[in-house]
Amino acid sequence: MKEIIVVAEHRRGELRDVTWEMLSKGRDLTESIGGELSVALLGKDVKNMAEALKPKVNRVLLIEDPRLEYYNSETYEKVLIQVLTERKPVLTMIGHTAQGMDFAPSLATHLKIPLATDCIGIDPKDGTFALTRQIYGGKINAAVSFLKSAPQYMVTVRAGAFPVVEKAPLSGEVLTVPSPLTDEALARRFLEYVEAAAGEVDITQADILIAIGRGIKDAENIPLVKELADSIGGVLACSRPVVDKKWLPKGCQVGTSGKTVKPKVYIAIGISGAFQHVAGMKGAGTIIAINKDPKAPIFGVAQYGIVADLFKIVPVIKDKIKELKK
Amino acid sequence: MNIIVCIKRVPDTADADISIDKSGKDIDKSGLAFDLNEWDNYAIEEAIQLKEKLGGTVTVFSLGGEDSNESLRKCLAMGADDAIRLFDPAFAGGDGFATARVLAEAVRTKPYDLILTGTQAEDDGYGQVGVVMAERLGIPHVSIVNHIEVQDKKIKAHRELEGGLEEVVEVDLPALLTIQTGINEPRYVSIMGIRKVAKKEIKALGTSDLNLKPEDVGLAGSDLQLEKVFLPPVGEGATMLEGKPEEIAQKVFDILKDKGGVA
Repeated sequence: MKEIIVVAEHRRGELRDVTWEMLSKGRDLTESIGGELSVALLGKDVKNMAEALKPKVNRVLLIEDPRLEYYNSETYEKVLIQVLTERKPVLTMIGHTAQGMDFAPSLATHLKIPLATDCIGIDPKDGTFALTRQIYGGKINAAVSFLKSAPQYMVTVRAGAFPVVEKAPLSGEVLTVPSPLTDEALARRFLEYVEAAAGEVDITQADILIAIGRGIKDAENIPLVKELADSIGGVLACSRPVVDKKWLPKGCQVGTSGKTVKPKVYIAIGISGAFQHVAGMKGAGTIIAINKDPKAPIFGVAQYGIVADLFKIVPVIKDKIKELKK
Repeated sequence: MNIIVCIKRVPDTADADISIDKSGKDIDKSGLAFDLNEWDNYAIEEAIQLKEKLGGTVTVFSLGGEDSNESLRKCLAMGADDAIRLFDPAFAGGDGFATARVLAEAVRTKPYDLILTGTQAEDDGYGQVGVVMAERLGIPHVSIVNHIEVQDKKIKAHRELEGGLEEVVEVDLPALLTIQTGINEPRYVSIMGIRKVAKKEIKALGTSDLNLKPEDVGLAGSDLQLEKVFLPPVGEGATMLEGKPEEIAQKVFDILKDKGGVA
């Protein structure tokens, strides 16, 4: 029997979206290759999650241990080495997330399983899998294949890349797998979670967000956009590079590692549209993008696009709005 | 504290208009500027700040042709003590896994307490090299690190998770950390600074120097092979607002009024 195993990702008692996305894609894949779908669920007291996962799979591999209360690369690796060695799934799917990026590469290395990271396309092909990845910050897609034929493959899957498609429920059984963990000391230990400091303004509450990205080039150019935001009662937000350079506080950041926002109007200025940013703003009512690169991925998610130098067009828009509002 | 940093020189594509080359397997890099991978710039800065605080050395490794000396020299100008370039024609076509194998063998030749890499590279974006290296070296790792506190023989590190959450972990040394952007403010390197290190020797090591076989490296030692590259499908795409700047501004105002309730 060909088995595909999805490693469930959960945090603070909640299964994360990428888990459902992988299960949906995993179901498609098992149907095309004639196999069965399993989910490996590691945690402490997670039977409720196992119940929730049952209709999506043929089998829940449940590994419960108090030592699995918090994610740790070392405990996850030990457990999954045992699971993958015993079950030999043809494909293991792990989220390309802060968690999956942290353990999939070392797990694959340890077990000598070929790994393709950050996949946005996975298709069965001649007993192996054809993959699609993005390179150059999402500006280019790459069709990639596993070089050698192997009994097992591993992929990490980009969050948001695959839709969750509802299908007839499966009657998944819960299979309890004994935990291989012992009280042996770990070289890495979980201490605590901390929340990033909240900003003065809550960007998730704004109706209009004016977001700036790398294209703003310098902190001294920010007042230009701030004035535009003020003129229309909008709030200033940004993409990651602006926070990395300490030009705006972390609380202003929209995207995977920042906030998810759903304003009525989102104006993206000098933002190329990397998937990490898009994940945080694609739910906006209307998106207007201003970018000088006509090929910028942001134009793929925006409803309205302006190909222009932001330093030339933003002042004109600002003046026009001031004039029309009088 | 002896620190090793692994870096990569990459084309700067963030603002560039890029196109696919004739091979169909890569972009046309002829008109592009190259620089130190953004994540690596933060990693080298973090290493130098630790050295300034705690003493010790910073050694930089990079896998690449002679062009990579430019990025290695930038690291020397920032304050690294030593730079080593890993090059062999046999390294061609290597994926993240093959790259990690070469880097792991190279750092084995040096004593170290801490290894830093960037979380990922701007070009191929595998996000796996550091973690694979740690596994090959048999040392613990912490990925996507945005804050470090060195304690006695261990490090307290913050990992960046999704949604503004951070995970604080403690790891015994020696360890490998993959560094996230924004962890510090990388120092500016002046032309004078580069000139000062222009004569410093950058040693080059190849397969035979590193206890590696040709089948371990390059495409032969890889998990993945690239078939072709193509432009991402654009989806529905945006309605482009065109015309004179004043006309565009009027259209933006109309949209704001219609969709955003701006009066």
